[in-house]
Parts: sequence; C-alpha cells; structure tokens
Amino acid sequence: MFRRIFFTALVAGLLGGVGISVIQEFTTTPIILHAEEFESSGSSDTHKHSQYKNGISFIASAHAHGPATADGDQGSGPGDRLERLLFTMLANVLTAVGYALILTACYALSGRPVNGQTGVLWGFAGFGIASLAPALGLPPEVPGAMAADLANRQIWWFLCVAATAAGIWAMVFRSGTTWMIAGIVAIALPHLIGAPQPESIGGNVPPEIAAHFVAASLVTAAIFWCAIGWLAGTFWERSSPAEAGEA
Amino acid sequence: MTQNVQNSAAAADARVTVLTPAVLALLLGAFLVLGTGFAHSDTIHNAAHDTRHSFAFPCH
Repeated sequence: MFRRIFFTALVAGLLGGVGISVIQEFTTTPIILHAEEFESSGSSDTHKHSQYKNGISFIASAHAHGPATADGDQGSGPGDRLERLLFTMLANVLTAVGYALILTACYALSGRPVNGQTGVLWGFAGFGIASLAPALGLPPEVPGAMAADLANRQIWWFLCVAATAAGIWAMVFRSGTTWMIAGIVAIALPHLIGAPQPESIGGNVPPEIAAHFVAASLVTAAIFWCAIGWLAGTFWERSSPAEAGEA
Repeated sequence: MTQNVQNSAAAADARVTVLTPAVLALLLGAFLVLGTGFAHSDTIHNAAHDTRHSFAFPCH
C-alpha cells in the first residue's frame, strides 16, 4: 500500500507539475509579468506605500520582489527568465506532488474503486476545496495588489480549505439530513467569519489586469486539479493488480 | 456467521493496512504544499513566487 500510494502520487505530481508549468506560461505568468511592470511603475522608492502600517502590507514593500532582475538582489524575485521558469517549475512540481499525495491518500481512505474517470471528479472536488472556496474570500492576487496581514490570510486560507474539505466529506460520504446541514454549515462558516481584507485599496496594478488574473488563475487551477485527479486515478487503478499480489 | 466474522476481521485488517500509509501520505503532502506555498523564508518565497500567485496561495 505504501508503494502504491507514493508511486501514484509521485508520477501524477511530476507529470501534473511539469504540465501545469507549461500551461502557466500561457495563462498566469504573462499576467504576473505584466502586473510587475505596474507594481514598480512611478515608484523607484519601494517604500512608497509603507505608510499603511496597521495590518496592511503592500506587495512592493522592502521585503518583496521587484520585476525579475539578474542582479541577484536580496529579496528580488528569481533572476533571469530561464532561472525564474526553472524555479517556478520546481515549486510547481513540489506543490503538485504534495497535492497528489493528499489526493491519493483520500483515494485509499475512501475504500472505493478509483480510476481515471472518477479521479477527475475527485480532482474537481480538490479544485473546489483548495481553489474555488478560498477564492471567494481571498481572490487570486497579482503582484502589486493591496492585501491584509500575510499570517492572518494564511490562517484563514487554511481554515477555509479544512472546513470546505470537511463539509464536502460530510455531504458526499455521509447520508442523512443532519450530515447535509453540517456540511453546508462547515462550508459556509469561513465565509461568515470573513477573510482578512485590506483596510485600504488602490494598488498600482490596473483592475483590468487583476480581474483577468483571477480568471486565469482559477481556470489554470481547474485544469491542474482535473489533470492531477485523472493522472492519480489512472495510476492508482493500474497499480492495483500488483498490489493485490503484494498484500 | 463464521464467514461474517472473518469478513469483518479482514475488512478491519484492510483498514489498518490503509490507514498508516494514507496518514503518512497526507502529512507529507501537507508538508510539501505548506513548504512551497506558505513558508515565510525569503529564499523559498522568491523561488516559489510565481507558483504562489498562480495557485492563489496568500503571498507577500
């Protein structure tokens, strides 16, 4: 079982991580690069917005990155374009393997047969849990957007994902009205509490670019999750007969 | 009756066989996602910057 879970997740994560890196080059990355032109525009002084102190951080503050430069400054984004692409691909693969491990563990724990087709449904649930639900409170952000305190946003994101996962589990894997209501409450709760929002708005990046990025990020995430679900489901099913002999 | 007892014992065994590796996979998966998406280290942030924005992890 160890080998089956880890083999499935590793292959699905590697293929999915490399695949999504290629797709990002056409969807989200051009918008990030475009936004970074505005992020630093009209302000060689990166501390320009540091007057927003109370729980507000601005992306172009002292510790943030600037547009990709090859000077290797502390706090800069990854250097030249190729280096940046390789780092992003590495981070994508690690994230994809991580998500694939969680997804495959859920396949195993469900005790239900999963193949490529049903894997897509699992992947779509992952998209709803990790991308769609948190996006309602914390929309995907371009560099240069105003945002609330990072740690608070991270805590809310984590709570939202955990609550949505628990809610979907209750609604899909348990039966009865009580579980259904409990599931709806769990999914709604993080949004009733509310995500941390910035006290001021009005970053340098035009809203048209920010809006486009939200759509691009969500579409890319949907492709990623369906692909990961399908890949993991396919390899999960294929590794089944060998496992039967082993166990 | 005996068959039922054997079946439920086998099911319990299968559950235990699944539980340990599945929980380990969950923990390792969470570690990887939190490491690339959430770690506050500047080095990791810079390397994973575009990934964090694309996946809509809270960034900066």
